[in-house]
Amino acid sequence: MCTMICERTSMEGSGKGRQGWFPLKNANVSYDHPFNAPWEYAVNIDFVNEDKGVGARVAVELSPESAKRLAEAIITTLERGEADPQIKVSVL
Amino acid sequence: MYTTEQYEGMIAETITIKGANGDEIHTYFARPQGPGPFPAVVVIHHLPGWDETYRDFTRKLAHHGYLAISPDLYCRDAHGVPEDVAAAVRADGGAPDDRVMADVKGAADYVLSLPSSNGKVGVWGTCSGGRHAFLAGCRLNVFDAVVECWGGNVIMGPDQLTDKQPVSPNEYTDDLSAPLLGLFGDLDQSPTAEQVNQHEAELKAAGKVYEFHRYPEAGHGFFYYHAPMYHQSSAVDGWEKMFDFFSRNLS
Repeated sequence: MCTMICERTSMEGSGKGRQGWFPLKNANVSYDHPFNAPWEYAVNIDFVNEDKGVGARVAVELSPESAKRLAEAIITTLERGEADPQIKVSVL
Repeated sequence: MYTTEQYEGMIAETITIKGANGDEIHTYFARPQGPGPFPAVVVIHHLPGWDETYRDFTRKLAHHGYLAISPDLYCRDAHGVPEDVAAAVRADGGAPDDRVMADVKGAADYVLSLPSSNGKVGVWGTCSGGRHAFLAGCRLNVFDAVVECWGGNVIMGPDQLTDKQPVSPNEYTDDLSAPLLGLFGDLDQSPTAEQVNQHEAELKAAGKVYEFHRYPEAGHGFFYYHAPMYHQSSAVDGWEKMFDFFSRNLS
């Protein structure tokens, strides 16, 4: 908003928004004013699908430390899952 | 000053006006009932969107006797819940400055064309809207008073400039064509106290008419009654300063 610091990356997966589940297309990660979290700045993550309108959005607003912990947790989880030869991600 | 024996009424509704490129854009317009003549204020919403807070602000100005008009600066981007629209605009780098200026000019032209106008119009905004208000005061030679509340990114570094915000607003300081009121919280991170100092020094050097009021216990967005950043004593004083400023410059 004021910082305009935002990274966009494509996504595959599903998100559960106001109208239920929808296929994800992008994640927008910004370091800017949150709408609800009680700080001047937050790490805001919006999982969106623009093709389905702006309401197709799953939003979280995190403190910077929370965002780092989330990023680390995702990496750790990925490393554990990818190290297990019995786990393969595939379309059922 | 409203007194209890007075009749009071207002009309507040969504209308359409011509904005940039002649586009029809939605605009929230609140005005006192009666023939006028009334002064006007263009209310520029913040980056969180054309939301309920800004409708309240717009009606508050009408309650105080102003033709208050607030264009939807994201009207072309999307429609939906204001937060969802603002999130999409945020992800897309914000609204382009040139388009915002033309939309704001369209709103000013509209209210000035009304028979109930007294021929004077001010501009006011908070956060990104404060930045736009200052920019409008410099780039649009239409306003009689400018109120900038904690304008973020009035001073931008070269690494912050984009196609949509290609020029740091303070580069236009020499072109400011109306008295400016600035309200800032010293605890704000955007603009920082140092940036406000620089902003003020540039206005002074350019010989502009301005008043800056700075609140030591306030941070960003201290008018936002719905958020933890609300700071009661600073907000009450800020509103008084703003109405006094508009009264002196738009009557």
